[in-house]
Amino acid sequence: MKKIALLLVVCMMVVSLSACGKGEVNEQGYYNQINVYNWGDYMAPGVIEDFEKEYGIKVNYEEYPTNEDMQAKIKQGGTEYDVIFPSEYMIEAMKKEGLLQELDYNNLPNFKNIDDNLKDFTYDQKNKYSIPYLYGTMGILYNKKKVKEPVDSWNILWNEKYKGQIIMLDSPRDTIGITLKKLGYSLNTKDIKELEEAQKELIKQKPLVKAYLVDEYRNIMIAGEAAMSLVWSGEAIRIANENEDLAYAIPNEGTNLWFDGMAIPTTSKHKREAELFINYMMRPDVAKKTAETIGYATANKEAVKLLPEEMRNNKGLYPDGDILNEGEVFNDLGEFTTEYDRVWTEIKSY
Amino acid sequence: MKKTWLSIPYAIWALLFSIAPIIIITVYSFCKRSTYGGMIYEFTVDHYKQLLEPIYINVFWRSLSLAAISTIICLIIAYPMAMIIAKSEAKRKNMLVMLFVIPLWTNFLLRTYAWMIILREQGIINNILIGLGIIDEPIKFLYNSGAVVLGMIYNFIPFMVLPIYSVLSKMDESLIEAAKDLGATSTQVFLKVTLPLSLPGVISGLIMVFMPAVSTFIISDLLGGGQTILLGNLIQNQFSVARNWQFGSAISIIMMVFILISMMISGKYKSEEGGGLW
Repeated sequence: MKKIALLLVVCMMVVSLSACGKGEVNEQGYYNQINVYNWGDYMAPGVIEDFEKEYGIKVNYEEYPTNEDMQAKIKQGGTEYDVIFPSEYMIEAMKKEGLLQELDYNNLPNFKNIDDNLKDFTYDQKNKYSIPYLYGTMGILYNKKKVKEPVDSWNILWNEKYKGQIIMLDSPRDTIGITLKKLGYSLNTKDIKELEEAQKELIKQKPLVKAYLVDEYRNIMIAGEAAMSLVWSGEAIRIANENEDLAYAIPNEGTNLWFDGMAIPTTSKHKREAELFINYMMRPDVAKKTAETIGYATANKEAVKLLPEEMRNNKGLYPDGDILNEGEVFNDLGEFTTEYDRVWTEIKSY
Repeated sequence: MKKTWLSIPYAIWALLFSIAPIIIITVYSFCKRSTYGGMIYEFTVDHYKQLLEPIYINVFWRSLSLAAISTIICLIIAYPMAMIIAKSEAKRKNMLVMLFVIPLWTNFLLRTYAWMIILREQGIINNILIGLGIIDEPIKFLYNSGAVVLGMIYNFIPFMVLPIYSVLSKMDESLIEAAKDLGATSTQVFLKVTLPLSLPGVISGLIMVFMPAVSTFIISDLLGGGQTILLGNLIQNQFSVARNWQFGSAISIIMMVFILISMMISGKYKSEEGGGLW
């Protein structure tokens, strides 16, 4: 008898638990939960909790390591993700695949806080599907003790003097991209001749390269085991904080300018709540908190004004003048993606 | 009747996690690719043709040769070890086997990271050598093929030692005594009795080491510094940045064929003595 009673209690608990899990409309008239899918280490602590408190919407927060992982999961369906943070080329690809929903700007009044220079790019004209979240550039992080000359050109990565001291990124688009820039081409080239020229350059460089890495360059640069490394801006600033010999420079030939945006995938069934979240993320105080913790540059011009001075004036983060002159944004290469992969395989197996 | 009932979990397992995935991969490998990497269900053999291009043959060749080198070195190191363990007394035997197995309880990735710490320029070895005044400049141990081979040997050697040990420890001691009585020298005993009898263990050891070695991508990324591209890396790239699941599937299928062939060759030896791990 006791056992049966216990069983009943357990059953009831399970039922009530699953009832809790199911979404309902809360007092403020919102659906009571959304699923946010973001990069690892890409949300300031407290931001989500404040949103939950303010609007009574529970945020189920999940993280992904690469754009491609996220894309695969959205394609499969399954979880009903409401807000995602894809990079610009992935926004373009997902838009073309019909995986994104058009944004309703009536629900996004805080869009006025976004820097006008950072709106309306070719990857998403008129920001129909996405809003820029954070952005950055690619440059060279170097050790001032080992590199005495000025770092102002990508050519320094091909300098024999630094044999075995150079770290390149184990990421085809980025490493090939800056090589194309060095040659004076577009990093979105679909001209096979230009691409093969870049391939030759990288094969020539290979004996000088210590390693092609993605995450491990942090420890190596901090420990002073290499003279220079190709890195993303925010990352460079975080690493440079740990070793004062390190400095970051963006070469004159121009570089890659990248964006991570906020978008609503087609898996979302609660677009209004998703837009509420995006609008919240664009609030100056929230955007400031984000930029301050994560270290990348925020696209929110009102938030920049709130940042501590040393961060606002950091040329590595917020370069002088027109950023669009320095940086070129990646476009999705479509069919040509496989050519880049073939060239990359060729370089690596040389 | 009862037997068939009990085999249901196995059947479900095999269907869900072996047969279905293999069918899916096979289908993918013959599909066309849309501009954004989507599946177009039309038959094509382009992906297999692409594998015949020199650069991919090159990748195959390097993976196979690096894996073969690691496997052979593993065998050379592991055989005497297995013999020593098999010949020691029961109590010590257990302890010796234990010492071999314990590192396997630690995560594979962690063990590989540990090697990075040992080998790096400000790592333990370089610091000791510099401290002793043997060298002035740190030696570059990390980020070359040697480091990759080292990583493979270290991570996979238990799979070589254990099957050889299990065959050797089951071997009938009287056969060796008989050979000695008949006047064989210890070299002859080894070559004519011990070695032939231990072959099944050696063969399964070879496969157990070769298979993971040929498909690894973590070791070549971490210890090789991404300097070379192996089969595992190639497949990984196809499923991530290249957005070419079709080509990735084709490579996987070819790799499975390789492994199947090597297992068939070894199957001949294995059945007689049953000394393998499976």
